[in-house]
Formats: sequence, C-alpha cells, structure tokens
Amino acid sequence: MLDRLIGAPAKAVEGNGHSADASGLILSVNDLATKKITAWQAVQLARDQKRPHALDIIERVFDRFQELHGDRGFRDDPAIVTGIGELDGRPVVVVGQQKGSSTEENIERNFGMPFPEGYRKAMRMYRLAAKFHLPLVTLVDTPGAYPGPEAEERGQAEAIAKSIETMTTLPTPIVAIILGEGGSGGALALGVGDVVLAMQNAIYSVISPEGAAAILFRSAGEAERAANALRLSAPELLSMGIVDGLIPEPEGGAHLDHDATGRNIKAALVAQLDRLARVPVGDLLTNRYERFRAIGSIVEPALDGSPPKAEPWWKRALRIRP
Amino acid sequence: MPFARGRKEFPSHLWTQCPTCGEMLFNKQLVRNLNVCLKCDHHFKLGARERLELIADKGSFLEIDRELSSGDPLGFVDSTPYPARILAAQTKSGEKDAIVCGTATVGGVPSVLAVMDFDFIGGSMGSVVGEKITRAAERALADRRALIVVSASGGARMQEGTLALMQMAKIIGALARLGEAGLPFVSVLTDPTTGGVLASFASLGDVILAEPDALVGFSGARVTAGTIGEKLPKGFQRSEFVLAHGFIDQVVPRSQLKERLAFLLGALRPAARDLRWSL
Ligand SMILES: [Zn+2]
Repeated sequence: MLDRLIGAPAKAVEGNGHSADASGLILSVNDLATKKITAWQAVQLARDQKRPHALDIIERVFDRFQELHGDRGFRDDPAIVTGIGELDGRPVVVVGQQKGSSTEENIERNFGMPFPEGYRKAMRMYRLAAKFHLPLVTLVDTPGAYPGPEAEERGQAEAIAKSIETMTTLPTPIVAIILGEGGSGGALALGVGDVVLAMQNAIYSVISPEGAAAILFRSAGEAERAANALRLSAPELLSMGIVDGLIPEPEGGAHLDHDATGRNIKAALVAQLDRLARVPVGDLLTNRYERFRAIGSIVEPALDGSPPKAEPWWKRALRIRP
Repeated sequence: MPFARGRKEFPSHLWTQCPTCGEMLFNKQLVRNLNVCLKCDHHFKLGARERLELIADKGSFLEIDRELSSGDPLGFVDSTPYPARILAAQTKSGEKDAIVCGTATVGGVPSVLAVMDFDFIGGSMGSVVGEKITRAAERALADRRALIVVSASGGARMQEGTLALMQMAKIIGALARLGEAGLPFVSVLTDPTTGGVLASFASLGDVILAEPDALVGFSGARVTAGTIGEKLPKGFQRSEFVLAHGFIDQVVPRSQLKERLAFLLGALRPAARDLRWSL
C-alpha cells in the first residue's frame, strides 16, 4: 500500500540514523533506527509545550504566508489558523490547529481545541483550495474538539462530520500532517488526505489516554497503561497503515530544534505535492477513497461450499463514478 | 430484550419499571406499544431486530454481511481481553457486532437499512460497524436504493484505537459518493447517539430524524459539565434541544417512524436515470 500511495519506490538513503526515501520520509517501522520510545514518552513529547506548533512550522516552511481569518458565520476561531503561503514558489492553502507555547498563549488559543466555527473556517479554506486548484496542507495538533456546552449548541458534531465529508471529496491534492497530538474526531476533521504523514513523535488516537483510563480502568492515573493499549504512537500508526510515512524529528524531539523540524517537513511536503500534482483529480479521489476504505480489521468467513463470487457488488460500486 | 433489567420487587421477566415516570409496566403490553411507556411516552431502547421489524415492509428484509466480525488489531486488554469481550457480547446478543444491515422495501421503496444495537458493547463503532455501513452505502449506490441508518451508539470503540476513528472517514467517503449520485440518505438518531457516530454519518443525512428525548451530543455530558464546572441546562443534548438548535429535522415518536420514513423516501426519489429504480 505504501508504494502505491507514496509513489516512487523508497530510495534508501542513510541519514540521521534511519534509512528513508529521498525526501527523508520514514516508510517502514524497520527503518526507525533510533531506539523506540514508549507510548507514554510519545504522549509527553507530542504534548511538549515547546514543541513547534502550526505557526512555528508555517513560518519555516512557507514563504510570504498570509493568514486569512473567519468562518463568515460566527467568529474567527483562534484555535485554527488558515491562510495561503508559497512552497517553493507555488501557492498552497494551509489549515492548522494552533496550540500555545505558554499558558497565556494557550488560553488565547483555547489549548488548540477548536469550536465548530473553527471547523467551518477550515471548510471555507478547503473549498477555496478546490476552487483555485491549490494544494491543501493541513497540520493536525489538538487534544480534541472543544467539549463545552456552547460548542454543542453550535453543532460541534455536525461541523466535524461536514469537515471530514468536505475533505473526502475535495478535488485538489491534500497532504495532512499529524504534527503533535491527534485527538480523536476533532483531529480527523483536518486529517483526511491523499497522503497522511505523522511526525516521528506524534500521537493519534480515538480517545485521550486519560479519557480511556477513566472509562476502562476507572482511574485517570492509569493513563500510561491506556496509552500503551491504544497503540497511538507514530510507528504504530505507520504499521497499521493509518499514516503513510513518518517525518523524522531531530535527535531528542522536535522541541529541541524547530528549524531542523521545519526543514524536514518542507522536504516531505515538496516531494509529496510534486508527486500528487501529476495525478489526475479523478484518480486522486479514487485513491483517497480506497486509502480510507481499506482501513479496519475484520474477519469474514468464506461461505462454505459456495463458489467465490467473481466480483463482489461493493467492488462494482467502487467503479461507478458520478 | 433491552428492557429486561427490571426491579426486584416485580419479576423482571414480566414487569419493567419506567425510568422516567416510575410506572411498573407489564412487558407484554410494553412490547405491544413498541417499547414506549404507556403512561409517559418514555422510549425504551429498541434492539436492531425489533427496529428492523418496525421499519421494513413485512417480509421484505434480506440480511447482508451477517458473518462479519471483528479482529483484535491492537491486542487490546483492559479488564478483559477484547476478543473475550466480543465473544461475550456475541453470545449474549446472538449478533456478530453492533449493527444489522440488509436490503428491504420501506413503504414500497427499495432501500438498504443499517441498524445499530446499543446492547452490543454500547453500540460502539469499530471496524465491523465501519465496514458494514460502508458496504450498505456502496450497495445502495450500486443498486440505486435509498439508505437508512439508525444510530444507537456511545461512539467509536476504544478497543480498536485509531482504526475505529478511521471508520468515520471511511463511512463518510461512501456516503459522499451516494450523495453525489443523487440517492437519499436518511439518518435516524435513537438513544443514545454520541461521540464519533454523531460526529460522522449520523449528522450527514439528507434528512435527520430523532426519537423523543434521545441523548444526542458530541461530548459526554460529564465531560461537558466538567469543562464548565457547573450544572448543564435542562434538556441539554436531548433530541428536542438539538432540534431547537437546528441540527436535526424532526423529533418523531416511534409509532410514527415507519410512516414518516416511507413518506420521505417516497418524496426523495432520485431522478429516474436508471431503470433498476423502477423495477
Ligand atoms: Zn413512563
């Protein structure tokens, strides 16, 4: 699956201790030469307040970035930043979740937890990208969508669902990067792409380890155990096919060297967008559909005695394009 | 039966106490009344099979993908290993997972039905629910049928981790294709419809109906209350609240659900581009 999605067979180059493809991307868990960190260490690294957040990355990866504001309906959500920047001279639409690097900044950014209007702003930018056929880059970094009552009243669930829907059918190339913390549906609302990459120390989970611990082990103190059970670290995500490649971080973690982190992300983005730009939009959408279509773990016993069907009806359905 | 957990004073196989008004209800009468309290109209949870019987035209339901069951992709262990948890739920319910799918006619309109069952691990959405709803949508697309999904779920299934989360994108991708082909999708929300289920397919119906007083919300009410550290407004995250805020079309009593679905499917027929539709 990786070959199909990532394109050219990985040209193994030895650098920074792992073998990777030409753009530096780690395509297989076996290529991770650095000592494996525990799930709980990954959680700490992914949440580190000094880790580069969306705007730190945008500043280092894109030239002449202009932030564009507002959902045109309610307000401008500071937990999601959107805009247009240039990558190697070509315009790109960027949408990212923004955490703060200090307590004050985090309060201002609502700790990176978007409201429905944040997702509606994101959708506005998705459509803008499609309208002008600009590639879309998303940066996922959130503990989750904001769970407060105002968010419920304004339709948090609807906003997330619509955001995912918009991405699944968006007729322009999308690269999604799990930058730090990928918290559940609130992260997935930015996470549907032709290629989904994760930073080497990022996490992505259906529920926070604390939340899972409270439900499964009746104690938030068991978060470390829950983190292990959830298999939420980037290498695990790669082995399950949830992400297509890992972007290497500097020794010790991205928080130690924002510039080097930015360079690695830029190299990965340039390589992926170069490749995706050559794929016709129809193929892009078919591949995007099949990429997510294939994810899951099911057991389906063969029907005893009956001959195998030549072509299941769902495959037939896949071929029908509107 | 979902209402089998009765109070001790009355033999639970004969009587059920209404959690809303406290009335002791004779089970036979309750079933005859579609599991709705005769005194206060409280809607008890309904199993997937009972729901199908209510919605599908008599004798028209043909089950599909019955044998799909879940793997254990994470090797997940909390108090019980995940495969043991699945097996227990399968033994108890007779179902392979938290959803039953099939083709049927509803008011004469050819449809695909996907009905969730809260009794199976809280109706949680893992790979099987994801795959079966996706196939249901693909089947509706291939045969140009309408799609009805009845939700009853606490959200994504933790024991399948991020794979469960990805089912949201998988299902929505299939629904988007159905929509592009001009085929109707009606979403029915029952008690409860929360978390990743509400934040994906359940919120994307061309028309969204909900049963009275069903819990419909993104975050658990405890989480939400904890966030603001105070009590929540009365009726918060109930069908009527969500209706008032504009996120569903109607609150429909169970006794009228079938009739309402039949009307909608009759009205929302796709343009007759394909002969299969009129067969
Ligand atoms: Zn009652």
